[in-house]
Amino acid sequence: MELNILIICYLIGSVTFIIGLKMLSHPESARKGNLIAAAGMAISILGTIFLYEEQGIKLGNYIWIFAALIIGTVLGTIAAKKVKMTAMPEMVSLFNGMGGACAALISIVEFDHLNHQIQLGGAVNSGTLLIIFAGLIIGTISFAGSMVAWAKLNGRIKDFAFNGQHIMNLVIFAVIICLSAYLIISGDPAAGSLFYLVFVLSIIYGLFFVLPIGGADMPVVISLLNSFTGVAAAFGGFLYDNPVMLTGGILVGSAGTILTILMCKAMNRPLSNVLIGSFGGSSTGSASKDQGAYKEISISDSAVVMSYAKKVMIVPGYGLAVAQAQHVCHELEKLLSDKGVEVNYAIHPVAGRMPGHMNVLLAEADVDYARLLEMELANEEFPQTDVVLVLGANDVVNPAAKTDPGSPIYGMPVLDVELSKLVIINKRSMNPGYAGIENELFFQPKSSMLFGDAKSVLQKLVAEIKTL
Amino acid sequence: MFSWLSLHQEMIYIVILSVFLGIEVIGRVPSVLHTPLMSGANAIHGVVIIGAIIVMGKAESNNLLALTLGFLAVILGTLNVVGGFVVTDRMLEMFKKKK
Repeated sequence: MELNILIICYLIGSVTFIIGLKMLSHPESARKGNLIAAAGMAISILGTIFLYEEQGIKLGNYIWIFAALIIGTVLGTIAAKKVKMTAMPEMVSLFNGMGGACAALISIVEFDHLNHQIQLGGAVNSGTLLIIFAGLIIGTISFAGSMVAWAKLNGRIKDFAFNGQHIMNLVIFAVIICLSAYLIISGDPAAGSLFYLVFVLSIIYGLFFVLPIGGADMPVVISLLNSFTGVAAAFGGFLYDNPVMLTGGILVGSAGTILTILMCKAMNRPLSNVLIGSFGGSSTGSASKDQGAYKEISISDSAVVMSYAKKVMIVPGYGLAVAQAQHVCHELEKLLSDKGVEVNYAIHPVAGRMPGHMNVLLAEADVDYARLLEMELANEEFPQTDVVLVLGANDVVNPAAKTDPGSPIYGMPVLDVELSKLVIINKRSMNPGYAGIENELFFQPKSSMLFGDAKSVLQKLVAEIKTL
Repeated sequence: MFSWLSLHQEMIYIVILSVFLGIEVIGRVPSVLHTPLMSGANAIHGVVIIGAIIVMGKAESNNLLALTLGFLAVILGTLNVVGGFVVTDRMLEMFKKKK
């Protein structure tokens, strides 16, 4: 009877995950979808704790389980509530790493369990071993990779690559596969310690897999690792014949893969290119060219041209996010709108650190949804636009993506800001952007630089426009 | 190996169908929702916590490895689930109030 209730719990869990994901893909229903999936998760977890049994024996160690649940809930809620909007992507990466580590730990404990059985002379199904190894390897890679992605996004570590790194990665991966295959097929009880070698090698592989990839490509990597963890969870589902782990894991695995591909499409680069060609690092070909001089524009001049323009387009980038300038940006937009200027935002699909990151940030500042133009729409608007204000964006407005086949971002769709009448570019300095590529836009006659932190520059602009 | 396949036949079918379901469900998402969607999916794969709970619950009281690692796994899994859903909700909350 109780087992039947558990089956129903799992059924509810699986269905809510599907419905939740479906609702998450529509703006109106997204929040409800998230809550529905969370409710399904709660039902599945509680059902497991109280109703799960194996060979007629219920689960024990309730104190430990609840202590761990409480610790995790408190820490998770605090971390999630406190994180700044700009740090969202690295938070997702961190949580993703936790899930991967969880899957790896399960495999370790289960292998230890099996290893005892083997030593006692029991036969072990190689299928079960295969699942344990797959869960361990994928979970560990996802964990180690996510930690690197997290540390990179918050600036703790820089890109790190050396010659022959890809070959070394391939060798490590081959060793992992061969060792696992040997252990699975032979079931050799003496070779149990090799399991831990596979674990260590997987950590190393995960680290070196993400280390050389440039920060600009981190969203793609996080999305990919996200789907890895999903697959690792699904292997756990196989291990325990648990349908809700299986459906949840595989759903995320396939949805995450699609999301990864969508992101790559937005950058017009194949996934293999992202993973193998480290952005910036290997391509010095066109970067060292002498670009000539740039000109600067003062705050008051910027304020005047924007106030008397008909159409202004704001191009937000990561610099805006870092400076937490979304609120004052919205203030500027309102101020200009009151003066009869038509103000819109041009949102590049990969502006910020993640697709949709800019939308999240601007929504936080109450910016009207209708003012956020997607790339194609914005590009149609630029020829009729008087002033474009680029706030801390760089690579997404780099014309080299269209003109310079030697550029590492060649082929990526960009915002055609140079088609407008005047481009004001706010940057902190002339340092190249995240991808480490020079931007010839800054040296074009239509462009003027407005140096400074996005927030303070916008505040000064707002004050200046008010006095006009 | 083959006995394992026949034992898990149904689950293999679930996997195949879920793969296509995942693709269908996500296929037409607007780019605005990519970040919340990734975050939501991130929370859902936290379902791996169920495996951690089973490990923990089955651990004999003298098996220190299973107890410690299981305990750690449940904490990490909870972080993934709770943190994931809360972060997603925070992101989506901001989309709502714009009206």
